[in-house]
Amino acid sequence: MERVGILRRPLLLMPLGAAVVGGIGFVELLMRAEEGRYNPHTVPNLMVGHAVPPFSVGAAPPGTGFSTADLQHLAKPVLVNFFASWCVPCHAEAPLLMQLKAEGVPIWGIDYADTEPALGRFLAADGNPFARLGGDPKGEAAIAWGISGVPESFLIDRSGIIRWHLGDPLSPAIVSAQLIPLVRKYG
Amino acid sequence: MRWLRILLAPSLLALLLAGPSFAVAPTLSQAEEARAVAIGSQLRCLVCQNESVEQSSATLAANIRHIIRQQVAAGWTNRQIMHWMTARYGDFIRLDPPFNRLTLLLWVMPVLAPAVGLGIALGASRRRPGPPPPLSDAEKRRLASLLE
Amino acid sequence: MIPELGNFALALACCIAATQAVLLLLGAQGREVRLMAMAPGLAFGQLIAIGASFAALAWSNAVSDFSVRNVAEFSQSQAPLFYKVTGTWGNHDGSILLWCLVLAICGAAVGAFGSNLPASLRARVIGVLGAVAAGFLLFALTASNPFTRIWPPPMQGQGMNPLLQDPALAIHPPILYLGYVGFSVPFAFAIAALLEGRIDAAWGRWVRPWALTSWCFLTAGIALGSWWAYYDLGWGGFWFWDPVENSSLLPWLTGTALIHSAIVVEKRESLKTWTVLLAIVTFSLSLSGTFLTRSGILNSVHAFAVAPTRGLFILALLGLVMVPSLLLFALRAPVLAPAGLFAVLSREGAIVLNNILLCSIAAVVFTGTLYPPFAALLAGEQLSVGAPFFNSTVLPLAVPLVLAMSIGPALSWKRAELFPAFLRLWWAALAAAAVGIVAALGWHGLAALGFAGAAWLILGALADIAQRIRLFRIRFSESFARLAGLPLGAIGAAVAHAGLGVTIAGIAGMTLASQRVVFLHPGQSTDFAGYRWTLQSLDRVPGPDFVSRVASLEASRNGRTVAVLHPADRKFPVQGTAVTDTAIRTNLLVDLYSALGNVRNGGAEVRLRYDPLAPWIWLGAVVMALGGGLSLADRRLRVGAPARRGARVPV
Repeated sequence: MERVGILRRPLLLMPLGAAVVGGIGFVELLMRAEEGRYNPHTVPNLMVGHAVPPFSVGAAPPGTGFSTADLQHLAKPVLVNFFASWCVPCHAEAPLLMQLKAEGVPIWGIDYADTEPALGRFLAADGNPFARLGGDPKGEAAIAWGISGVPESFLIDRSGIIRWHLGDPLSPAIVSAQLIPLVRKYG
Repeated sequence: MRWLRILLAPSLLALLLAGPSFAVAPTLSQAEEARAVAIGSQLRCLVCQNESVEQSSATLAANIRHIIRQQVAAGWTNRQIMHWMTARYGDFIRLDPPFNRLTLLLWVMPVLAPAVGLGIALGASRRRPGPPPPLSDAEKRRLASLLE
Repeated sequence: MIPELGNFALALACCIAATQAVLLLLGAQGREVRLMAMAPGLAFGQLIAIGASFAALAWSNAVSDFSVRNVAEFSQSQAPLFYKVTGTWGNHDGSILLWCLVLAICGAAVGAFGSNLPASLRARVIGVLGAVAAGFLLFALTASNPFTRIWPPPMQGQGMNPLLQDPALAIHPPILYLGYVGFSVPFAFAIAALLEGRIDAAWGRWVRPWALTSWCFLTAGIALGSWWAYYDLGWGGFWFWDPVENSSLLPWLTGTALIHSAIVVEKRESLKTWTVLLAIVTFSLSLSGTFLTRSGILNSVHAFAVAPTRGLFILALLGLVMVPSLLLFALRAPVLAPAGLFAVLSREGAIVLNNILLCSIAAVVFTGTLYPPFAALLAGEQLSVGAPFFNSTVLPLAVPLVLAMSIGPALSWKRAELFPAFLRLWWAALAAAAVGIVAALGWHGLAALGFAGAAWLILGALADIAQRIRLFRIRFSESFARLAGLPLGAIGAAVAHAGLGVTIAGIAGMTLASQRVVFLHPGQSTDFAGYRWTLQSLDRVPGPDFVSRVASLEASRNGRTVAVLHPADRKFPVQGTAVTDTAIRTNLLVDLYSALGNVRNGGAEVRLRYDPLAPWIWLGAVVMALGGGLSLADRRLRVGAPARRGARVPV
C-alpha cells in the first residue's frame, strides 16, 4: 500500500506542475511578443544563403523582363524588389527606392499580380527606380522566391546567391542599418 | 498506381474540409486533379490563418494552386513538390507537421495519452480490493438455511 | 449619465463579489450559520449590479452614444438595432462584461435552485464563484473598462465588423459563454468539496445538473459556430481545427467526461478524485480558451491582435484560479477515499474507458494546438499543426469510443457479463455492419466507417430503450406503459447518444459532397448534381449600411423549377470590407449550396455545392442538447439529501 501511496502524491502534483510550466512558457511568449521577437503570423523564408531559384518574368512595359540567368554574373549586388501597383506600402516605399537608385544600387523589380496599365500609372506617379523590370501576373516567380506578400526585397550578391531578405516594406532605418552595409560587403 | 491509393485516405479525409480551386491552370486529368487537390490540402495558406491553399480565396493561395498543377502536369512526385515548397517556406507551410525529434511528442500523444490513462486506471483498481467473488453452491445453501 | 451609472454598477458588483468570497468562505470554514445564510442574497445582489452595468452598455450601444469609446470603436449609427444590441458583446471589453454577467447568473442560480444543498456546501460554492467573479470584474474595471469616455464624441462610429451582422453569430457568444462559464459551477462544487474534505453520493447528484446544463449550452454554442462557418464563409467548410475552435472543443470533451464520471460518484462513491480533477480542468480549459484567444499568441482566424499586456493580465487571472485549485487538489485529494467497488467489466468500467478515450482525444487536441507556439519558444522552429494532423490522430481514438458508447449502457452496474449485452445488441451490430458494407461498396471506406458508426449509435440507443421496456417480450400496451414510466435520465442518455450518431452521419455524408465553380453570364446555365443551374440575373441592391450584389440562381430538373437561390456579396463602405452571403436550399437531407465569387464583365463566378446530409451535423447537436435537457428534467435530480449537521466524520 505504501508503495502505491508514494507514487500517488507525485501523480497528483502533475497537473499543478504542468500548469506552472505552461504558465511560465506563456509569460515568456508574451514577453517576446511585446519585444517583437515572437509573431505567430510571420511567414518564414528560407531562401537566404541559397542560389537564386529558377524563374523568369516576362516583359512589363517599360521593362523587358529577366530570369535566373541574368542574375548570375553581376557587376554589383542587385536588390530584387517584389511590388504591385495596388499595394499601399509599395507606394510608401517608392521614394526610398528612388533614393537607393540615385546612390547607385541597381534595383530590379517584379510586378506581382498586376496589369500593365496599372503598372504604368504607378511608375508615372512615383517614378521608376528599376534598372530592370518584369511582370509576374500568375505569381509563379513570387512563389518560386518564397514570398508571402508585397512588398518584399532580396539582396543578390555578384555570384547569384541571395544574401538578405526583408518581408516588410523598406524603411530608412533598415536601409542604413542592414542593407547598405551588405551592399558594401558584397560589392 | 499505389501512391494514388495511399493518398486516397488522407485526401478524402481532407475532402471533409476541402473547398474549390479557382484553378486557371493547365488542364489535368481527373486523377491528376485529385492529386493536386490532395497536395494542396496539405499546404497552409500563408496569408490567411489556418486554411489550406485549396480552401483559401487569397491570391497567394491561387498562385500556389496554379504552381502545384503545373508541377503535377509535369510529372513531379508528391515528395518533390512538398520538398520544393518546404525549401522556400519551411515546415510552416505543411499542415501535417513532419515526424522528427522535435515533433515526437506530438505524434506519440495519441498512443501515449490512452496508455497513461489506462495505466492510472489499472493502478487505481489494483489498489482497491476487488468485488467479492460470487457465492459457491455450499455458501448459497448456507445462506438459504440462515434466511429461513 | 448612463455610462457613469454603468461604471458605478460595475465597481459595485466587484465589491459585492469580493465580499461574497470573503464572508462566505470564512463563514463556511467557521460554520457561522448567519454568514452562510447570506449566500443567496449576496449572489442576487451581484447579479443585479452587473445586470445594471450590462444594461447600461447595451443601452449606450442601442442609442449609439459615441461618447463611450467602446461604442465609437465598434458600432455605427446605421446598423440595425438588433445588431447594435448584440454588438455589445462583439468586442473584447463587452465580451468580458458578458462573461461577468453569466458568472453572476450562475451564482444567482445556485442561490435560487440550491436550497436543497447543505448550507456549508452552498456557501462555499457561491463563495468560490464570488472569488472568480471578483477577479474578472477587477480586470473589467481596470484593464478593459467598456465605459471609458472620449470627448469630443465623434460624429460617427468606426463601424461594426460586418461579419457580426448575422443572426447566428450574434447569439453565438451568449450561448457559448453560458457553456464555458457554466462550468464554473462544477468547478466551485469541486473546490467546495476539497475544502470541506469529503465527497459523497449526494455531491455527485448535486453537481450533475449544473455540469449537464453547461454541457448542453456548450454543445449548442459550438454547433452554432460551426453552422455559421458553413453558411457564411462560402465554401462549405464547417470545422477547421482552428486553435480557437479547438479551445472550445477541449472543455466540451472534458465536460462530457465529467457528466459521465459524476454518475459513478453518485452510484458507487467512486472515481471521486478523477471527477474533481475533471471539474477543475474543464473550467481551467474554458479560462485558457479565453486567454489564448485574446492574447494573440495563437495563429488563428478568430484571434484578436497580439496584445501582450492584456494577455498578461488574463494569464494572471488564469494562474490565480488554476494554481490554488490544483494545489488544493494535490493536497486534499487523498482525503477523498473511494467507498464503492466495481468490476472492470461493468457499466462503471465502461464509463472509465469513455473517460480515458475522451481525455486522450482532449490531450491530442491540446498538444496539437499548443505545439506551434511552444516549438517556436523552445526550438525556434516554425511549425504548423493543421487539419490533416488532427483528422488522422483523433479518428483512431474516436472509433473505439463510438464502439463503446453503445455497449456501455448495455452493461449492468457493478459487475457485468458480456453475453447479455451481446443479446441486446447483436441486431444493431449486424445492421451497422450491413450499412458499412453497402456504403463501402457504393462510395468509399471513410464514409462507410462514418455511416456504420452512426447506425451503431442510433440503433444501440434504440436497443437500450427497447431493453428497458422489454419490447417484444411483453405485451405492447405494457411496453408503452413502461415507456411512459421510464426515468427521463435514461431516455435523455439514449437521445443524446443517438444525437451524436446523427452528427456522425452528417459528417460522413459531407465526405460525399461534390462541388463546381463556374463563370456564368446572366442567362447562361450549367449542369451539376442532376440539376440545371441558370443564372437569371445579377442586381445591385443597397442596404442600411452596405451595398450588395445579388444573383438570382435557378435550379431546375426536367424543366421544372426546384429552387431559386439568391447568393449575394455585401460591401460595407465604412469598414471597407466585404462579406459573402451564401444561399442554401435544404430539404434537411441534402443542401443545395451556392455562393457568389468574383463579379466582372457583367458575369459572375458561382460556386455550387451538393452537400448530402449536411444539416444532420447540426441537427445531431440539437438532438444531443435535447437529450441533455431531458436528463435535466429527471425528477430524481431534484430530490436532494437533507442537509448534514453535526461532527464531520472522515470518510
